[in-house]
Parts: sequence; C-alpha cells; structure tokens
Amino acid sequence: MKTAVFRVWRGDTTGGKFVDYQTEVSEGMVVLDAIHRIQATQANDLACRWNCKAGKCGSCSAEINGRPKLMCMTRLDELPLDEPVTVEPMKAFPRIRDLATDVSWNFRVKKKIKKFKPRAPDAADGTWRMAQADIERVQEFRKCIECFLCQDVCHVLREHQKHEEFIGPRFFVFAAALEMHPLDTEDRLGELKQAGGIGYCNITKCCTKVCPENITITDNAIIPLKERLVDEFYDPLGKLLKLIRPRKQSGESHV
Amino acid sequence: MANYETLEFEVLIIGAGGAGLRAAIEASAGGTKVGLICKSLLGKAHTVMAEGGIAAALANVDDRDNWKVHFADTMRGGQYINNWRMAELHALEAPARVRELEAWGAVFDRTKDGRILQRNFGGHRYPRLAHVGDRTGLEMIRTLQDHGIHQGVEVYMEHTIVTLLKDGERIAGALGYDRERGRFKVFKANAVVIATGGIGRAYRITSNSWEYTGDGMSLAYHAGAELVDMEFVQFHPTGMIWPPSVMGILVTEGVRGEGGILCNNQGERFMFKDIPDNYKSQTADNPEEGWRYTQGDKDARRPPELLTRDHVARCILNEVKAGRGSPHGGVFLDIAWIKEKIPNAAEHIQKKLPSMYHQFMQLANLDITKEPMEVGPTTHYIMGGIRVDPETQMSNVPGLFAAGEAAAGLHGANRLGGNSLSDLLVFGKRAGEFAAKFAKEHGTGAIDGSQVESAIGESLEPFDRVAKGGSDGEGPYQVQSDLQEMMQNLVGIVRREEEMARALDELAKLWKRSASVIVHGHREYNPGWHTAIDLRHLLTVSEAITRSALERKESRGGHFRDDFPNKSAADGKTNVVIQKGRDGSMQVERESIAEMPQHLKQVIEEMI
Repeated sequence: MKTAVFRVWRGDTTGGKFVDYQTEVSEGMVVLDAIHRIQATQANDLACRWNCKAGKCGSCSAEINGRPKLMCMTRLDELPLDEPVTVEPMKAFPRIRDLATDVSWNFRVKKKIKKFKPRAPDAADGTWRMAQADIERVQEFRKCIECFLCQDVCHVLREHQKHEEFIGPRFFVFAAALEMHPLDTEDRLGELKQAGGIGYCNITKCCTKVCPENITITDNAIIPLKERLVDEFYDPLGKLLKLIRPRKQSGESHV
Repeated sequence: MANYETLEFEVLIIGAGGAGLRAAIEASAGGTKVGLICKSLLGKAHTVMAEGGIAAALANVDDRDNWKVHFADTMRGGQYINNWRMAELHALEAPARVRELEAWGAVFDRTKDGRILQRNFGGHRYPRLAHVGDRTGLEMIRTLQDHGIHQGVEVYMEHTIVTLLKDGERIAGALGYDRERGRFKVFKANAVVIATGGIGRAYRITSNSWEYTGDGMSLAYHAGAELVDMEFVQFHPTGMIWPPSVMGILVTEGVRGEGGILCNNQGERFMFKDIPDNYKSQTADNPEEGWRYTQGDKDARRPPELLTRDHVARCILNEVKAGRGSPHGGVFLDIAWIKEKIPNAAEHIQKKLPSMYHQFMQLANLDITKEPMEVGPTTHYIMGGIRVDPETQMSNVPGLFAAGEAAAGLHGANRLGGNSLSDLLVFGKRAGEFAAKFAKEHGTGAIDGSQVESAIGESLEPFDRVAKGGSDGEGPYQVQSDLQEMMQNLVGIVRREEEMARALDELAKLWKRSASVIVHGHREYNPGWHTAIDLRHLLTVSEAITRSALERKESRGGHFRDDFPNKSAADGKTNVVIQKGRDGSMQVERESIAEMPQHLKQVIEEMI
C-alpha cells in the first residue's frame, strides 16, 4: 500500500516541534483520516478536534501545507504526497496542545454582540411573513459553521494580534446576519465601529478565500456594513434626515 | 486525596445539542442557576449535522395536516410500541416550538405567501418538515446557541462527565473533567438533565461523531435508572459508501423528498416491489404518481422511497444480497434523473440540496446533478434510551431527567425523519421546565466524597498501569475498534440468536480488555485517555442493545430477527426494560405497554 509522511506539529503552550509520521494512504482519504490513523496506531495522545467529518461542524480547522483548511474536507489527492504534508494548528489563537488551539475568545466576542430583537409579529397567531427573496442574503451568512478559519487568516488578528480591538470577519458576518435580518429591530452599527473595530479591515478578502462554506464575507457582509456606517456617522445630510425618519423602521418585507 | 474543584448549580444539563440547549434555556427561564456541559465546543454537537428538517404540523403547505395526523404517523412509524402520551405531547407542542425558534432568529425557507416552508419526508403523510435547505440542524443549533448565551447559562465547553453522584436515592450532581487540563470537577446540582445523544460509535459504520459513545445512558444506568427499547437502533438507509474513508456519512432523506429514486444495478426501482401492507393505501404504486407527490400534488400518494427508514434499509440490503447492488456494495440513489422532468434541474438540486452537492463533489468527486450516488445503510440513531415520565421527563431516579436521543419512548420501534429535531425541542423544554421545578422544590443533596474519590481513581487507572510498569499493554483504540467491528457483524441490521449469544461472549472479553488498557502521556488534552474512559459507556450500551435484542423474539421497526422474521402480537404489547441489578449485573425485564386511551385510539382509527 502507498504511504505518505505527515509532518505534524506536536507541543503545548510552552513550545513544540514538528514530528514526522509515515502512514498508509488509500483512495479518497482526507487529511483528518491520516491524522486519525496516526492517532490510533502511533500517537494515541495526538490532540486534535473533530466531530462531523463532513464539513458541517467546523471543528477540525488547521493549517495544511501552510493553508488554513478543514482537515476533513482536504483530500490527499489534492496534495503532493512525494513530500511531507505539514499539519499545524491555527496561528491566530493561543495553542493548547498539538493541533488544538484556544478558540474561546471567539465565544466571548459573540456574547458581546446585541442579540436578535424581532419586530412585533405580523399575524395574530404570533407568526411573521417574510419573502424568500428577502432572506437569501441572511441565509448565506447563516451557513457559517464557525470554523474560525477566516479569523485565523485575517492579518489584523494573525499578524497584529488586535483581539481586544477587533472582532474579526466571523463576527462581521454574524452582525451582518442580524442587521440584515428582515425582522430585526436592534441597532448594532455604533458598536461595530467602536468595540468591533471594523475600520481595521482593509478588505484584502483573505477571509473570503478560505471560507469552506463559500460565504462572500467581504463583499456581502463587511463592505455593506462599512457603507451603512458611513451613512450613519459620516453623512451630515443623512443625519439630519434621520432625525426626522429613523433608519430602522419596522423592517417592511415584500410580502 | 484526589484534587478537585466543586461548582454549584441548581440544574446541571449534560449535553449541549438541541435538547440540552433547549433544556438550559427553559431551566434558566424557570429562575434556576444552570450549568451546561458540552463534550465539544459549543455548537458542534450532533444536532448540527441534521439535514432534512423539523417535523411539526404547522399546516403551512397542506392545510389537511394537524396534530392528529402527526400523532398517527409517529405511532404507525414506531409500530405502536411508542409511549403514546409522549407521541401525543410531541405532536401537539411541536408547532409552537418551531415558531419559537423563528422568534429567536431562525431563518427558515419560505412559502410563496411568506410563511415557514415545509417539505415531504419518509412516513409523514403531508409535507411537514420546516427546513433551511439541507442544513436545518445548523440553523437550529445556532439559533438555540445564540439565544442561550444571553440567558445566564454557564457553559463548560470541552468537559466530560464520568459519573453521576447520588445522595441516597436522589441525584446530587456529577463528576467530570476538562479536556484542556484534565482537571476533575464536581458539579453539585439539585437536578440533572441528560441530553447526551446516542450510541453510534458502538458500530463500525456510522453517521455519528466520536462523541456518541452512549455516555448519558450509561451514566444513568450505573446510577440506577432504567433503560427501555434498547434493541431499536436505526440504520439510516442512505449513508455514503465510497470512497472508504467517508463510509457512513449521512445522505439526507431530503434527496428522496425532492424526488430522488433508489435503483439497483439493473436500473430497477426496487422499492416498488415490497410495500408493507399497513402502508399500501398511502403509497404510490407507479413512478408517475410518486413524482407528482414530490412536486406537491395533493391527490398523489408518496413514492415507496419515502417508506420508513427501517424498511428502506432492509430493502437495500436485500438487493445487495441478491447480487443487484452497486459496485461498492450499496445501491444507487439518483436525483439527477429529475432533469427529464423539470428545466434547470441542476440549479434546482444545488439550491435544494446544497450541502449534499458540496459533500459529494468534495469527498467523492461526484456531481449529484449529473450522476447517481452510491449509498448503503449506516448506524444513525437509537430509539431506545433512558426511560422517562412522559410529562416531566424524569427517570426513576429522583432528580435525574433525560431528553432527546438519550431518552426513550417517543419513537417506539422506528423513528420518522424530522421527528428527532422536534423531539429535542418539545422534550428539551419539558425537561428543563420540570428539572427547574424539582430543583426549587427539593434543594441540594449531599456529595459523597468517597464516591468522588473512587471515580477519580478509576478514571486514572490507565495512567497508573503505565506507572506500575505495564507500558507495553494494549491501547484503548484497538479495543474500541474491535467492539465496533463485533457489534456491526453480530448485532447489526439483521440479527440471529446464536450470533447475539456470541456477541455476549465477545462483550465479556472486551470488558476484560478495557479494564487493562493503558494510556501514555499526561492528562492534558489526551484523546487516548478520553477514549479509554468512554469505553465503559460504549460497552454498557452495547451490552444493553444485545440483551434487549435477544429478548425481543420478533421483527419490528429497527429490530430485525432473521430467526423471527415476523411481528408477534404478544411482543407488540411489551417493552424491554434494562436495569442494573443489586449484584452489578444487567437485568432484563419485559413490561406491558399501558393501554391507549379511547380518544387516541379513535385518532388512529380515523387516520387509516
């Protein structure tokens, strides 16, 4: 049977090194299969996260040959196997052990974003009416599986470590899904500008490129949010108009 | 003295999938201090993988639907050994639970007049599943998660519970450890809700992730709770089978709901050959009628591909056994064929089944808009679990509740697709509500330090064996994989007396091996250690499944006996109950099913 070498980062908070493991490879295998095989046969204590193994849960994020990817969706036949395949943890987050990183910061950030606040129901039975055409954009954002690869690749977090001032692409998508939700009546623009640090994003689109769900993060979420911010904070005429007519009304739909 | 931290709650929820999150939200709304234990990161639980939808008789697409039809469908699908009161509550309350999700921000696909869209699914008479493409589970868990984090629930991510703690008969809390550092923690609680999901990892071919090792059922069993219906394991008919590394990954029933057909290697739609008598009147007898049904024709009956999962899985096995299977030992599931029927079929398929398109494209190099998929049965779900009171979800152990897949009763011998997500919502809410009530009424129990000490000692044994010089012993992975292979072969889709008797012998050997596995390294984020700890749970549930399956000498729903291929009227009146005996051995008993009240009998008669 064919074999390949996997150069896996082993270590913890204090440091570590790459260790080479040679293992068998077969048709259709993905990187996560190889990691599991190594775990079961050579390194029982090799730490990695995974759950669904089908690109739906976003647990097994790592950097494969230097590229941020889901291990479960990266097929070995896409990689050159005549040289070692490097597998290392995401770099924008503190390390825990081997391939597992401390992503808890993301969960703390989300909690700070104002929750969904719907308008009063449209019908007497407590339900709402929304047209499919009005929710497609929000549904695109809600495909996010929270793998945090977009956060990993964003230079504001990865290079500049602005975790205290910048919430990152994942949470711009999250905020956009709320802001563009036809039923939502909350206003989050002020906090996106201040605590969210959206101004740090200089739309290099790295996040969009690595998204395993193909969400057009920059064009559909971040840029429209930036435009709304400009309207809200840097448009004196618009500001005057808004005093007369508030930005968010009841969020009428096309139905 | 072992070192551990003690944390105090009124209600502790173990498991943070749909049922656990819904229970946590409700317990918190009931004014209690709630702790939520998550084996993985928050939002990664198995609910995230549910594809097709949430069953609820909203009647948005077909106004003939109502709770009575949903109730009758659930009972028929479960072959009438369901807990009828749970089935009634479920059908009655599911619509409100779905609407509530919308109020919390869920964005379901819409009907033309702007309401929640519903789709067809196996065993449901009318289009009933509220959905978002084929990623409904993600929508549901994210909605509950994003709502739940603002409800004052304390979440413990990457924590695993190793034992429940009792004060006399009642529950007093649980002992667990965190993955990151391997530190032990006692979670003191007045009431505990188990929402840990299923047991898929007991089998080699499964759609379930590493977490599904039957923890909750095993924890409850060892704490004295009864398990019921454990012989009923659902093998989903359509799992991926090629390439080998993706074997078992789920292919949603939604593919068939959208018009997908099952064919053998001769191009024959074999499902038309075997339609069970009790479904004949509501099943199409020709392809044309079946197609019309999937396109919303209210006068058409549903195609046989949408018969219940137990039946479809067996029909697939029969085709393979008769030599009419696909090249890799399954059958063909074809959605591409609808291009004969509708324009822009490729676009339509990608829109309706985006993650299936993605999954096959990326993992199997196969374009489902052009070619048929190869599929075969995969271990998916267990209908059995912790026996609970239908109203409160409390087990026979005071203060110990269960909800979702870990609990039993609603689904009987076979679960209908879409009924699990509604199950999580309806009974997650009830469990949270009544656990909070119990917690308020009963106060705290005392923690028994010696019980904590001995459980910690037991958990650390795999390391101790290495320290005592046994460093060349067997690791946990081999034992786990041998168990999975054994259960797959001996207690799988088709069962026989002598094979299951052999399984019990094998289980005894595996129990012995599990008691001597070793783990190298240390306690920090060590998956070898976690696997070693989970072995006890896997073995417990595997034994419960095997003993229950031996006891039921008939074929019904997910339980098929080659040596008793027919239904038995007598067995149809009983449930098989498992409990830990005083001597520590597993006891099997039969119990008669309580008679259904007249008003429900009447509902069922009206629906035939």
